[in-house]
Amino acid sequence: MNQLIISPVILPLLIGILLLFLREQDIFAKRVITILSLITQLSLALLIIQAVSHGNILSYALGNWPAPFGIVLVADRLAAWMLIITALLSIFAFIYSTLGTDRVGRHFHVLFQLQLFGLNGAFLTSDLFNLFVFFEILLLASYGLLLHGGGRLRTKAGLHFVVVNLAGSTLFLFAVGTLYGILGTLNMADLALRAASVAPENIALVRAAGLLLFSVFALKAALLPLYLWLPTAYANTSAPVAALFAIMTKVGAYSILRVYTLIYGEKAGPAANLLEYWLLPLALSTIIVGSLGLVGSKHLRTQTAYLVVVSVGTLLTAFGLSSTLGISAGLYYLPHTTFATGALFLLVDAVLIRRGDFSDRLDPGPVIASHHLFGGLFFITAMLMAGLPPFSGFLGKFMLIKASLNHPALPWVMTIVLIGGLLSMIALARSGSLIFYRANAAYVDETITKIKVLPHTHRPNTRELLPIFGLLSLCLAMTIWAEPIIRFTNATALQLLSPEQYVHAVLGKRS
Amino acid sequence: MEALISVMIGVLTACGIYLSLRNRTFSVVLGLTFLSYAVNLFLFVMGRLTVGAPPIISDAQTKYADPLPQALVLTAIVISFAMTAFVIVLSLKARADLGNDHVDGKEEA
Repeated sequence: MNQLIISPVILPLLIGILLLFLREQDIFAKRVITILSLITQLSLALLIIQAVSHGNILSYALGNWPAPFGIVLVADRLAAWMLIITALLSIFAFIYSTLGTDRVGRHFHVLFQLQLFGLNGAFLTSDLFNLFVFFEILLLASYGLLLHGGGRLRTKAGLHFVVVNLAGSTLFLFAVGTLYGILGTLNMADLALRAASVAPENIALVRAAGLLLFSVFALKAALLPLYLWLPTAYANTSAPVAALFAIMTKVGAYSILRVYTLIYGEKAGPAANLLEYWLLPLALSTIIVGSLGLVGSKHLRTQTAYLVVVSVGTLLTAFGLSSTLGISAGLYYLPHTTFATGALFLLVDAVLIRRGDFSDRLDPGPVIASHHLFGGLFFITAMLMAGLPPFSGFLGKFMLIKASLNHPALPWVMTIVLIGGLLSMIALARSGSLIFYRANAAYVDETITKIKVLPHTHRPNTRELLPIFGLLSLCLAMTIWAEPIIRFTNATALQLLSPEQYVHAVLGKRS
Repeated sequence: MEALISVMIGVLTACGIYLSLRNRTFSVVLGLTFLSYAVNLFLFVMGRLTVGAPPIISDAQTKYADPLPQALVLTAIVISFAMTAFVIVLSLKARADLGNDHVDGKEEA
């Protein structure tokens, strides 16, 4: 059996445990081990994507228990794609954290590895209950990371985040229980088969369980009306953690894509196309609400958090079209928005530490050190986030609108996505001009006694610039090599829309 | 028996929802605990209620209980234990950091 598939799950767990034993050691050793582990995870993700690039789906039966009785891990194109995005983002987020975030608490490195353990597991598992377990693992690690460093606002936001997610976990278990009670299995491939041939009197229950699951995934993805936990949580945590959390909402989007193409897909018989009337309208409303939040934000970090909400709306709009082109557009947009959001969170942090007491408030403040560099970077990142040509954000939105051309909801999609883009642009242009153009040396003189760290002494650090440049160049690379990437996302979308391949790979001859 | 169990799950869920919507962290934690009790019971009975039937195969038996929900509920109990412990510690931290036990950290006017 191919052990490659389980390695991205096992590795962070083992490294996490190792780091726990090294807690008294020098921080340098822990950083080196973490970096090595992250690079290995990236290589493993690359190996997996190579192994699945010809359209084959690999499955791995844990403990050699045959599916559907044991838990199966499955690597297909989508899972490999998510693994790569996670590995790349986590490397850069971690490099930024070595500026000092990883010092302020005790177990940052351990939690970071466990977070990756949960993420990689959630992307690879093919068992609904196991998905719940990995969700809990990644959430528990994320609670720790979110609260890392402490502080009043962080505790308050953390409490809301934890309580909301605990309620979500309970709903998840209710949904899983209902599905098991009716269909007698938890293996997703087996669920797909049995949902297609469910007895007529049970159809309503299967659909209800499906919608219950949707509400859980919508909560994780921060879809309207379940997004309210996101802005405060993301705005108040430390920058590297917020950057890493750019992938967290995508776990919800991933689960929606996986479950509703596989179990409730077009060929699922009576339970088919369950989300037809739900996903698209909710995703579009999320864009509207997110854009309004964006325009109304008084702090740059809150604004960035609302950009996450907008990007989730855009992503799920693409998935909600449930066509090959739509899903492909979404899969292209997903890494773009993840990397760009990560870069923006880090950049905002780099700017706010140079503004002293002004922090990330959207008021004209002092002229920051290296304002040309940071202003330029902010300009590029803002263009990426707002989806202006010639960068990957534009390509993603272009693909999305092109995919919606034959869809009955075309006017809605086009209007809302474009207005959302316009509002993002206005909001970011306003922030940029307040912070960079209208910055005034006089403000420094008035408030200089209050500014604890003199802005002029802050020279850009390599560990600060490398992650920002790295994430931005990933977006640039996505623009340059757009053609092979789009070919890959097209193939991924096709694979997702023919779930019988997945079922066959998991259950073998039984199907 | 089915009716009794379902009424119990319903009452636990209702209490859980009511308490978790209260504005003090203590009631919210209690509410989440009630919800997790309800869902654990729910998971357990999803294997159907059987009396006097073992979950392990033996030659002498013809009737079996479904072992999987028992395994699921065990996992769910462990996880909800850990989560409850965490949320209690977090509530205490919030009480210390924010100066009161309101979920939004502010006393009512």
